[in-house]
Amino acid sequence: MMNSIYSQEEKYPGVLIAVEGLDGSGKSTQIHLIQRWLELEGYKVYFTEWNSSLAIKPATQKAKKRQLLTPTTFSLIHCTDFADRYERQIWPLLRAGYIVLSDRYIYTAFARDAVRKCNLNWVKKMYSFAVHPFLTFFFHVPLEVALNRILSSRPKLKYHEAGMDLNLADSAYKSFRIFQGRINQEYLKLAKDYHMITIDATQHVEKQQEEVRNIIRKKIDLSRFKWRQ
Amino acid sequence: MCPKRFYEIVPPNVDPSGLSGQLLVIEGADGSGRSTQISIVTEWLERKGYPVVNVGLKRSTLISKQLITAQESKAIGPITLNLFYATDFVDQLENVIIPALRAGFVVLSDRYIYTLMVRAIVRGVDHEWVRSMYSLAIMPDAVFYLKVDSQLLIERNFQKKATLDYWESGMDIGYSQDMFQSFFTYQKKIQKQFLLMKDEYGFQVINGNRSVRAITKDLQARIETLLT
Repeated sequence: MMNSIYSQEEKYPGVLIAVEGLDGSGKSTQIHLIQRWLELEGYKVYFTEWNSSLAIKPATQKAKKRQLLTPTTFSLIHCTDFADRYERQIWPLLRAGYIVLSDRYIYTAFARDAVRKCNLNWVKKMYSFAVHPFLTFFFHVPLEVALNRILSSRPKLKYHEAGMDLNLADSAYKSFRIFQGRINQEYLKLAKDYHMITIDATQHVEKQQEEVRNIIRKKIDLSRFKWRQ
Repeated sequence: MCPKRFYEIVPPNVDPSGLSGQLLVIEGADGSGRSTQISIVTEWLERKGYPVVNVGLKRSTLISKQLITAQESKAIGPITLNLFYATDFVDQLENVIIPALRAGFVVLSDRYIYTLMVRAIVRGVDHEWVRSMYSLAIMPDAVFYLKVDSQLLIERNFQKKATLDYWESGMDIGYSQDMFQSFFTYQKKIQKQFLLMKDEYGFQVINGNRSVRAITKDLQARIETLLT
């Protein structure tokens, strides 16, 4: 019997939109522009991003700095962060009829934890309390483009960001390339399995934004989310 | 010494072989005499020449401080709270329990995954979710569950601290505004869940209504059969 407190069958008036993609894919810029657009048009919008719970983020940062995390605790601590945002914001706001915008969602965990060799069934079960988004945009760029965007602008790579915990290579740069390549492989599978909408993220920012807005307008009756006058 | 098995999943980067120590778990509510028994048994084992490591909930270097803060804030959902505990548990599993077992220690665990499972289930979290979450734990060599009547539990809690703990009274669930009443309702449900899990997880139920000395003797006799 599914007795879950967060039933996947429960209908809710809100709508969840997520963006996924590699570091350097431009997804954060895109979701920021979506947020501004919807806010300025007078819709009820809430924005949340990966790894940002006030109760957990300090612990995660400290643990990463001191390199205390194993693949399993890395996975768990990120799920704890997500769950805190889910239980206190995402789910209540969806029930309250908000458009919830999420910069990275559970698929980020699926991709990263899979690369770190966690049992993927275990990871998916762990996140099964969360509803899947109504729309997930996957910002797709060739690996080389994403790497160049990151490596040209931010030369100091963090340990986990570069996947250094996986002992892939001696230098952070080399490791980052291999690690992002593996994440990319996982994303391509996930994009298919979870019916994400793939956006060609090599196009101009405005062009991508126009495409995303058109899809949102077409798929969602936005008038439902207007603030009452 | 029998080799150790994980319930279902061996965590990545963990070598499951060569874990020659013993993992002993004592479960029971606050006031069941758990901690008293653990310190007596630890001393007894050490006197006999067995090296002992103590572990328990909320003792990880990784996240115990944040877990305590989050709990005190009382603004935390049941899934998040359980994940906090799971993180705390796995950090100790990988960094304390497994290395100690590899070195041949007796690991005495003051509560284990079962408390975490039972607490989540009582709060309406899906059974399968809970079961899967802890499927990467090591199966203990023995689990002793100290079963104590709620009336006696309450007496012991008052004796110890002259107050009831918010979480151990299940106040977050909202059975009753009355903490005293809530404590009874909550502890009954917890006990019921423990007994439902008894056969599947092989708990040895120990009558915890007896004197400290009688319980110790009982535990010692059971542990002795494991330590040959």
